[in-house]
Amino acid sequence: MNESIDPSAAPAATWQPKIVAFFCNWCTYTAADLAGVSRMKYASNARIIRLMCSGRVDPQFILEAFAKGADGVLIGGCHPGDCHYVEGNFKTLRRFQLLKRLLRDMGIEEERLRLAWISAAEGEKVKTVINDMVEKLRVLGPLALPNRFAEWDKEVIGSERISQPREAVQPDDSVTNEAEVAHVS
Amino acid sequence: MKRRLLMSAKPKVAFYWCASCGGCEEAVVDLAEDILGVVEAVDIVLWPVAMDFKKRDVEAMADKSIVAALVNGALRTSEQEEMAHLLRRKSQYLIAYGACAHLGGIPSLANQFPREQILKYVYEDGPAIVNEQKTRPQLEFKENGWHVHLPEFRNVVRSLDQVVDVDYYIPGCPPTPQITKAAIGALLQGKLPAKGAVLAPDIALCDECPRKASKPTDLSFTEFKRPHQKVLDPEKCFLAQGIVCLGPATRSGCEAACTKGNMPCSGCFGPTSRVKDQGAKILSSLSANVAPKEEAEIVKVLDGIPDPVGTFYRYGLAKSLLRRKGA
Repeated sequence: MNESIDPSAAPAATWQPKIVAFFCNWCTYTAADLAGVSRMKYASNARIIRLMCSGRVDPQFILEAFAKGADGVLIGGCHPGDCHYVEGNFKTLRRFQLLKRLLRDMGIEEERLRLAWISAAEGEKVKTVINDMVEKLRVLGPLALPNRFAEWDKEVIGSERISQPREAVQPDDSVTNEAEVAHVS
Repeated sequence: MKRRLLMSAKPKVAFYWCASCGGCEEAVVDLAEDILGVVEAVDIVLWPVAMDFKKRDVEAMADKSIVAALVNGALRTSEQEEMAHLLRRKSQYLIAYGACAHLGGIPSLANQFPREQILKYVYEDGPAIVNEQKTRPQLEFKENGWHVHLPEFRNVVRSLDQVVDVDYYIPGCPPTPQITKAAIGALLQGKLPAKGAVLAPDIALCDECPRKASKPTDLSFTEFKRPHQKVLDPEKCFLAQGIVCLGPATRSGCEAACTKGNMPCSGCFGPTSRVKDQGAKILSSLSANVAPKEEAEIVKVLDGIPDPVGTFYRYGLAKSLLRRKGA
């Protein structure tokens, strides 16, 4: 009966934090592009997914990223007031605030979800934000939700076996269970 | 004996309950006089709440000889898993009946707490408990030559389909007589949709809500109030009143029973087929429409939702993407 899952059960020596990064097309993705063409070196832990707007980041995407093994999720959007679609990043900011609370209540550390405003000119900021997030995730260690799910479900595996017909529970001596017999007709 | 033979010509149906409150059993009885039609058409072979059949009666039946087993309740114990597997084996269709079997239901809110914390409270710390020896239920016990077993209390609360393969879902807390009747009708006439379907309309509750016309096109929340903190307008859309209503993220089919009764939807029919996580979806919808743009102001408005997990996953924490609070 595992009451808790030891995250260090994952192969710690080889573990690298995995970040799913949702970047908006107009600002943060362009900034990441700029960091690239400027040949800036930064941690290679982020898998960047380009969306038209940070406002397109459905909270389901974030939960699914965690559920499928991300250690952290980073949302990058335009600075408030600069959204290409006027309001998109405000919607993201609001969703982020409530989602942060929901994640905390579900036992997921606050540093695992991060929102950063990075304009198209801020290639340097892409580098510092990703590097900083990787460092923080290293301190936290793996989230490893797929492993946890598998661990939780070990308790039901094999219950197929118990459902096979088996001997009815009988007293160790041959006393008849009259109470039960009375209901059989 | 003759009667038995006649009865066995009718399709066999089983009802079973797992971690549930009994409301789903009540819902079957709520069919009122229509239940006579059901009893006329089928042969009930197991229904622990109402009839005296035993597990061994089911074990003695041939595999797949029950046409449909309607199982309600979430699964938390090894005994419930065992019955789910048994009914799966004996039935052609296994149907998750009600929110708990469908999504984990209210019992799966316990997935926010470790097993040990629950047992300690229930057997040691609860205000009505006197248990100086801190006795806890044991899996087996021998006395006077008897060797008795108790089911194991699992670490995680599960929906039915997290333990066995499920053919159909009848949603609701509890399912309404109408959708129950429609589902049983479809079953008996062999007019079932593709396997895995939820037997209710696949559109959000707002579609059938009588308050729909008063739902603003541009929602803008300056505060959230809970139903007891405000005198509720009996006709206006709850969202327009700043009341958290899960209608936009919840499947219809209940005929808007709660909103007609002047209470907001709390989400018991679960999400539509296009949504993976009902809680994330309603969180997205409500918070995106908060009026302020400054962080501190946004947080202040959102503080009007004190318990997002309990509010957004009231009936479905087991089937949410995160499933359970991490250890």
